[in-house]
Amino acid sequence: MNHTPTTEQRLWMYRHMVLSRYLEERIESLYMEGKTPVFNMAKGPIPGEMHLSNGQEPCAVGVCVHLTPEDIVTATHRPHHIAVAKGVDLDAMVAEIFGKATGLAGGRGGHMHLFDAKVNFSCSGIIGEGLGPAVGAALSRKLQGKPGVAVAFMGEGAANQGAFHEALNLAAVWQLPVVFVIEDNAWGISVAKQASTAVPRNDRRASAYGMPGVHVADNDVEAIFSAAGDAIARAREGQGPTLIEIETARLAGHFMGDGEDYRPKGEKEGLKQRDPIPRYRRQLLDAELLDDISDTDLVEQAHARIEAAIRFAQDSEFLPPEAALEMVFV
Amino acid sequence: MSMTTTGAGTRKLTIARAMAEATAQEMRNDPRVFVMGEDVGPLGGVFGNTRGLYDEFGAERVRDTPISETAFIGAAVGAASDGMRPIVELMFVDFFGVCMDAIYNLMAKNIYFSGGKVKVPMVLMTSTGGGYSDAGQHSQCLYGTFAHLPGMKVVAPSNAYDAKGLMTAAIRDDNPVVFMYHKSLQGMGWLGTEKGATVPVPEESYALEIGKATVVREGHDVTLVSLAAGVHHCLRAAQALEDEGFSAEVVDLRSLVPLDRETIRASVAKTGRLIVVDEDYHSYGVSGEIIASVVEHDHACLKAAPRRVAYPDIPIPFAPTMEQWALPNADKIVDAFHQMMLS
Ligand SMILES: Cc1ncc(C[n+]2csc(CCOP(=O)(O)OP(=O)(O)O)c2C)c(N)n1
Repeated sequence: MNHTPTTEQRLWMYRHMVLSRYLEERIESLYMEGKTPVFNMAKGPIPGEMHLSNGQEPCAVGVCVHLTPEDIVTATHRPHHIAVAKGVDLDAMVAEIFGKATGLAGGRGGHMHLFDAKVNFSCSGIIGEGLGPAVGAALSRKLQGKPGVAVAFMGEGAANQGAFHEALNLAAVWQLPVVFVIEDNAWGISVAKQASTAVPRNDRRASAYGMPGVHVADNDVEAIFSAAGDAIARAREGQGPTLIEIETARLAGHFMGDGEDYRPKGEKEGLKQRDPIPRYRRQLLDAELLDDISDTDLVEQAHARIEAAIRFAQDSEFLPPEAALEMVFV
Repeated sequence: MSMTTTGAGTRKLTIARAMAEATAQEMRNDPRVFVMGEDVGPLGGVFGNTRGLYDEFGAERVRDTPISETAFIGAAVGAASDGMRPIVELMFVDFFGVCMDAIYNLMAKNIYFSGGKVKVPMVLMTSTGGGYSDAGQHSQCLYGTFAHLPGMKVVAPSNAYDAKGLMTAAIRDDNPVVFMYHKSLQGMGWLGTEKGATVPVPEESYALEIGKATVVREGHDVTLVSLAAGVHHCLRAAQALEDEGFSAEVVDLRSLVPLDRETIRASVAKTGRLIVVDEDYHSYGVSGEIIASVVEHDHACLKAAPRRVAYPDIPIPFAPTMEQWALPNADKIVDAFHQMMLS
């Protein structure tokens, strides 16, 4: 079935892409503080690894627009766009990225380990390890007779991890309400998809597990919306899991500080020209769902919201160091 | 690979370069040696330890893998048993969770299960350690976890000279060797770098015997035992103690399996005091093993209860304030010595 978003949904998707992008632009510049001229990951207000998701926002909004806070999402080491679209508390999320007391985990988790139980969001830095928990959450809903679907996001690199195959089979054999979403950005760090994956498209692997496999080309917001709408509706109706692979684009390096020498010349420039956010803006302007004034308004509001979250994080304190000993158990 | 030479015996290398050089030399001599892992090819390894190998040996012998650790580490076991000498990389030791069966039920047990008739000559190299806010899934050491399980040798160098010699030895060994390299010692600028790890390294190939600790600083008041990054904390602490008029001996374990208990015992017999420094978790680990090895042999040699400066039993926190507080450092070692002298 071809789902068409309502105007409200279209603007919601656009707004959340803008929010996520601006958040990452701000993180990018704050992350570099203290890291020039010598790039040392341990320095600056945001130390550690930083995996940006810019370019991949359509995957997050096209899926999450169909979800309610009760639905479950598991994400990856590249989680910001999905967290924003799932409605994770922005202030607490940014504070966590800064390692502050007011962060989601008081600074214990950081950017790769964001947990917001209020909206059933979590992520993990181990490739392929979000799938099992999504299957289990779906099982839990089934056992408790509660509504809700679980969506496991992953990169295309994760589709070669054992957990991927085990989780797909498990979800299918138990007909659980799960949607597996692969964000195919063509690269796993420096290794190209075709060098690591024996089939050109991972959605074809779905047939091995008796579930529908859907492919979405060209990072297209509304095509993602439609495919995800179908899959989530099927899951809600008790018709079992679906695998979706989305062709998307990683506009940044694998992590900040990545020299990206492995990319073919011109690839990045080409991807930037097809940046999904200006593309979608154009689409909305052409459809007269947006005009320059309402666009400026929306963008300014999004920026103000992010600036507020960043200020909140910056103004927050760190927990006392001894708090490191707390929360191992509850 | 080209190396800058500043004169015989004075050419300094980082651990990353030293590992790559040892690997290249063995690959030139022995066609059975090959490398597999994530991003070990054109990128040269996320931590630089395969840099230059792809250019020299090509994609057939320096193989980028899918993110399929169970498969490619299991494959290394199979290839090793079939006459090859694979070197595989587990990018961060923290990722052992997805592939431990291939490591400890296959790699570590096949020799025994075959009554010694099947050899498993492979090297599993893996990065350890934190200190740069990469949080609890990318900062662990897990030395004790690997050393606990019988059937695999485990080495963890503190400097490039040892790294090259141990890497060569590991590749030539007919047994599986886990080569644990600490990120803060790699010489990758982006991780910050312990200067003391970058030392003169001979250009010619050489092997160090696996299972030999070394006394890197002599002293007579206390023995500080550690490995990898911890050795550098100990050396700084020994310097601080010297300024206070005490002389600390520092033992660099270099190898956890086999463990050179003789060298540790001889040192403690001389100093009468023992502090073990370990970035791995406090309980059930290397520090307990070292202390037990001394005490069960001869508790009368001790003038004070032994102490350990280890990582608390908590997942590693992201926030730099919490992480730095939890990590071992020279000040904590000096403190431990003071406490020891008070009691
Ligand atoms: C089990 C495991 N192996 C390796 C890694 C190291 N690693 C982190 S991200 C990454 C590439 C992931 O590629 P993909 O799944 O396509 O996601 P992307 O980074 O492109 O978003 C690798 C190999 C890891 N985190 N976990």
